[in-house]
Amino acid sequence: MSEYKSGSNLEKVLRSGHFAFTGECGPPMGANVDHLREKAGHLKGCVDAVNVTDNQTAVVRMSSWAASLILLQEGLEPNFQMVCRDRNRLAIQSDILGAYSLGIRNMLCLSGDHQSFGNHPDAKNVFDIDSMQLIYTVKKMRDEGKFLNDQEVDVPPRLFVGAASNPFAEPFDFRVYRLAKKIAAGADFIQTQCIYNMDKFKKFMKRAVDMGLHEKCYILAGVTPMKSVGMALYMAKQVPGMDVPDSLIKRLRGAGKGKVAEEGIKFALEQIEAFKEMEGVAGVHLMAIEWEHKVPEIAERAGVLPRPTV
Amino acid sequence: MSDFKPQIIAFYCSNCASSAATIAEGMKKALPDNIKTVQVPCSGRIEILHLLKPFEEGADGVYVAGCQEDSCQYISGISKATRRVDQVKKILESLGIEPERIDVFNLSAGKGEAFVDTALEMTEKVKALGPVTPA
Amino acid sequence: MIVAKQKPIEEIMEMTKAFHKILVVGCKGCVTVCNVGGTKEVAILASALRIARKRSGRDVIVGEHTLERQCDPEYVDELKEIIDDYETVVSIACGVGPQFISERYPSTRVFPGVDTQFMGGAEAHGIWSERCAGCGTCVVHYFGGVCPIARCSKSLLNGPCGGSNDGKCEISRDVDCIWDIIVRRMMEQDRLEELIEFKPPKSWATARDGGPRRMTREELVE
Repeated sequence: MSEYKSGSNLEKVLRSGHFAFTGECGPPMGANVDHLREKAGHLKGCVDAVNVTDNQTAVVRMSSWAASLILLQEGLEPNFQMVCRDRNRLAIQSDILGAYSLGIRNMLCLSGDHQSFGNHPDAKNVFDIDSMQLIYTVKKMRDEGKFLNDQEVDVPPRLFVGAASNPFAEPFDFRVYRLAKKIAAGADFIQTQCIYNMDKFKKFMKRAVDMGLHEKCYILAGVTPMKSVGMALYMAKQVPGMDVPDSLIKRLRGAGKGKVAEEGIKFALEQIEAFKEMEGVAGVHLMAIEWEHKVPEIAERAGVLPRPTV
Repeated sequence: MSDFKPQIIAFYCSNCASSAATIAEGMKKALPDNIKTVQVPCSGRIEILHLLKPFEEGADGVYVAGCQEDSCQYISGISKATRRVDQVKKILESLGIEPERIDVFNLSAGKGEAFVDTALEMTEKVKALGPVTPA
Repeated sequence: MIVAKQKPIEEIMEMTKAFHKILVVGCKGCVTVCNVGGTKEVAILASALRIARKRSGRDVIVGEHTLERQCDPEYVDELKEIIDDYETVVSIACGVGPQFISERYPSTRVFPGVDTQFMGGAEAHGIWSERCAGCGTCVVHYFGGVCPIARCSKSLLNGPCGGSNDGKCEISRDVDCIWDIIVRRMMEQDRLEELIEFKPPKSWATARDGGPRRMTREELVE
């Protein structure tokens, strides 16, 4: 067996052929470390790694690398997210080195939501490089031991490189090529946008498998359980690039008072079952937004516990 | 304030409003003497500056009397004039001047009475607002 | 052309309130074409300033002058005949204009009467949009003749991002996703495989990021 790229738990789980299960945790809007520890506590033992979001939706929060370190202290493996919106290539490369030096082993490379969404719409953005180039940057630093300027890195950061993929955003026909491009740039694993339209995702995966992408990279399917009809409507109408079929909204509506959340979880569990069987899907990325305490229950009912130790 | 006689400039189109004016004359309905008229070949030729200049020279109100929207002699003349009047309303507002001091009216060639009524209506409105420049 | 937008008149009135002799200077270049800084607009702004002052009972003399271009010293020089008759200048050229006037007449206070927006063109009468970011190294030919640096909200060279929706950008339904247009254009040109090629990080050294720019063409220097 060849050497691990990073030796992260997530990498080991995926490499050994287990169906991976990752979670997500948003850092606090302040220095409320206790709250972060509490939220993260729910995920402990239930997931292989926890994505730590980076000023998600362009709202200022505790920095993702700092929150990642707090998770490390809690005995969880962070998947450090980095967006290109807030940093130029100098800051990006130095943060990569810093994060790695302090024990972070997974990193997810993102473009980042535009700042006009967030709570500092007057900000100047950076976008010195894009998410594709960020993937390339981390890989170059790790595999070639070189910075973007080709200067040598004194001890390269050994990170497991992740990227996002939105199978639903348009133009649909180009999406699988963009996925291929991210893999070619150096993505070791992919976490997709929340999936609700299973038919469309199946089509996407079929094309990915036909192109052999699943053999070059681990693809984790994104799942976010719907808490309410309101949330489903919001996702359908307000969140860019989200595809929520009417049939799901109808199903949630039909669940009746007080039972919508349970119906949302049931749908998520059915999805997870389907992903276990779907060719090319290596795991699930569960984004239970501000619903971290439900993760143990979902993991249990999804039959993914206990998590493997590799 | 009751003896305030507002100075008003009326731009009117030679196709519709002017024949209305002729009919009004025939009916012996004269325009009040506070209205100064400027006949134009088409209301679409009235520029923003033409509408502003009267205010600069001391007018209290300005209006454009042109065709009906659907029967403009030059098709879009009156709609152009309407958009420019709207623009001047915005300018006046930003200068702290009531936008009601400028308006546009759609007349028909045969309606002599309406031509005079428009002048009276505008006079009443501007009279109520008082002079642009306080004495 | 350089597209500009008039500043609110209130702002211009506030800027110039201390002055009694104001010269409004227009430009016959880009700002004339985009109907914001030519002879007509000089006259309108001058008239508006006079009306406002008249209403507030404060005297003002507002002069009007439109130069061939404000971005060329030889035309700016023309103002020397009249500038001394005024206390201040309001330039309604792009941001270059007030600076060239200030440089030529350093003791005169010059105010900008417009807000310069972008380098672009007219989509239709009365509608303009951005086309160029002046990055110093043109790459439009790689992207079906479309510039993602100026026209993608995130300047992505390897787009589209996940926020592309129905051909619209995530920032607003009123903004086209330029990557959607790029992908379609490249499909039309049967060049999709070129978009699958990775575009490495761009050098911004030729852009504004490399510091203020200056260009010399030896053969033209006298």
